[in-house]
Amino acid sequence: MTAKMTMAQAINSALRDAMTADESVVVFGEDVGPLGGVFRVTEGLTRDFGEDRCFDTPLAESGIVGMAAGMAMNGMRPVVEMQFDAFAYPAFEQIVSHVAKFGNRTRGTLRLPMVIRIPYAGGIGGVEHHCDSSEAYYAHTAGLTVVAPADNTDAYALLRAAIEWPDPVVYLEPKRHYFSNEEVDLAAADSTIGRAAVVRKGRDATLIAYGPSVPVALAAAEEAATEGRDLGVVDLRSIVPFDDDTVCEQVKHTGRAVVVAEAPGFASVASEIAARVTERCFHYLEAPVRRVTGFDIPYPAPKLEHFHLPDTARILDAVDELQWEEQP
Amino acid sequence: MSVDELGAAVATVRILDEAGDLVDGADRPDSDALLAGYRQLVHGRRLNEQAGALVRQGRLAVYPSSRGQEACQVACVTALSEGDWLFPTYRDAVAIATRGVDPVEVLSMLKGDWHCGYDPAQHRVAPQATPLATQLLHAVGVAHAARLKGEDTVVMALCGDGATSEGDFHEACNFAAVFASPVVFFVQNNKYAISVPLARQSVAPSLASKAVGYGMPGVRVDGNDLGALSTVLGEAVEQARRGGGPTLVEADTYRVEAHTNADDATRYRTTDEVDEWAGRDPLTRVSAYLRGVGALDDDIEAEFAADADRMAARVREGLGVDVAPDPDELFAHVYATPTQQLVQQRAALQGEFDVEEA
Ligand SMILES: Cc1ncc(C[n+]2csc(CCOP(=O)(O)OP(=O)(O)O)c2C)c(N)n1
Ligand SMILES: [Mg+2]
Repeated sequence: MTAKMTMAQAINSALRDAMTADESVVVFGEDVGPLGGVFRVTEGLTRDFGEDRCFDTPLAESGIVGMAAGMAMNGMRPVVEMQFDAFAYPAFEQIVSHVAKFGNRTRGTLRLPMVIRIPYAGGIGGVEHHCDSSEAYYAHTAGLTVVAPADNTDAYALLRAAIEWPDPVVYLEPKRHYFSNEEVDLAAADSTIGRAAVVRKGRDATLIAYGPSVPVALAAAEEAATEGRDLGVVDLRSIVPFDDDTVCEQVKHTGRAVVVAEAPGFASVASEIAARVTERCFHYLEAPVRRVTGFDIPYPAPKLEHFHLPDTARILDAVDELQWEEQP
Repeated sequence: MSVDELGAAVATVRILDEAGDLVDGADRPDSDALLAGYRQLVHGRRLNEQAGALVRQGRLAVYPSSRGQEACQVACVTALSEGDWLFPTYRDAVAIATRGVDPVEVLSMLKGDWHCGYDPAQHRVAPQATPLATQLLHAVGVAHAARLKGEDTVVMALCGDGATSEGDFHEACNFAAVFASPVVFFVQNNKYAISVPLARQSVAPSLASKAVGYGMPGVRVDGNDLGALSTVLGEAVEQARRGGGPTLVEADTYRVEAHTNADDATRYRTTDEVDEWAGRDPLTRVSAYLRGVGALDDDIEAEFAADADRMAARVREGLGVDVAPDPDELFAHVYATPTQQLVQQRAALQGEFDVEEA
């Protein structure tokens, strides 16, 4: 059964379905109640499920995440919203020191089934603090599961899976796609956390991307096809756990790879991917793995962001440099 | 002390009522000072309106308006001396302009040119803070450094009602109180944090009453009453300057417009409520009073308006000019000396332009 919906609506559906299926699922954060969130992701939840199931908190992210941890300890499944990527930082202490570590600290007796939803990354012309790609901080923190959907079907499926997951999940929502309309098939969605998807098969090189960079990679592959190069695209879906198998299978198949991500490249998730692929596929590689990322700078002001974000031209330039024997 | 006693202990300071009449027992405000303040209110209102128009025309990406809060915006700045510092938030463009910063420079952040459009050191105005309450600690730091250096600087630190829920608010108040820092914490309680009403932030009898827990004075003042604000903030500044430590001042006011142009306030509050507050406008009561004592007439009013129109025209002109963004700037300011990697990245970007031009 398919339906046309935006990513915001797909996420809303996932919250609704999870709240209907499981009484212990509760949603809270800043402006998520009557307003329905600044992106309208929680629209109607307070009205339909009541104030106990979806509510506004005082304005304090550390409080939101810390309280969620306590509620998770006491049998609930909190799904909390950080209003924007950079506004999750006041909660960093809770996330890194406690949410990520309770399970390990208690030899697994205290697992925290909770989800921290974070609208993230740029491309919306937002002012400072509204466009950070903060995935590396979370991915670097052992104990956190980190997922980033790229399309509306996955937005639904991965959130349902995240809510059912036994461990805390950082769920990164590519905010620039909130209002993109797509045909979504909720029933057919793959809700496996930890499995990458080959979203485009290709013979010549593999583009590896996640979140907001997947559509950019797909557009680049489209353009390359017109120039006679057949590029495949892998959508990671899940950054942690990382699906070495799917990624490496594709790279071995094509012998060339480019990683695409809009976060600054230094010490990044893109770097981790390049290193893993190189270690595992070295003898299959025709060229070093390339990274196309944002620059190593704070996210730029709106008028400058287009210089910073990876685009198809930059991806195709990187593909061109993969030591081809013959030009297409 | 019971919660009720605590609430009763912090009354709201007022000088003029909504109609512009002197409230019982209040001292007459100085007419010259009030007239000068009124001129700034007119300017502030005009700047709010002009910025709103620029958003509708697509010249500004976004504007958090301080309409209805202009008395707070003006009074917190006129209470300061030249060597003092102001720590504003995203909503305080009018305060920054009142401090003497060119409004074109103030608004260039919202135009999307750069993260801060003015030189903070020149005017002693920190960059507008977006992460809530974080700037309050910087304010304490500036104040503490001034004390260590033997300077008599006072720091005016602004935040909203919502921001008082953040941990940094608590830490800043506590640090300032412990170090007796010359800081005035000025909370513009405009009743909302985007859609979330004050009742969800705090059930304390008032935000000012929180000061008790830190061991500093707390004062609640009518935030639409310029004279009362000037008195209260002026006293708090002078106390800080004399070495008397910080004060927490809460202004009882209202955000008349939506959070920003991107927000739809009808989703969470009634027009009745908005209308009621619009009837407590900070400008009308001052003009009514000044006219009553013969300090303001139509001619002066017209002069102020013409003056404000000229300012608005300069703002339109200044923001109408599109300066081509310089991509080199992306790399120039991240470190005092760009890293080797940034130098390479700057060259790579330049290389892309060269290819485009070829
Ligand atoms: C740490 C942090 N969390 C969330 C936000 C998003 N945000 C921006 S303004 C705002 C409401 C602030 O309300 P208040 O402090 O009352 O100030 P007002 O906007 O009313 O002036 C929120 C939640 C932010 N800027 N910083
Ligand atoms: Mg407020």
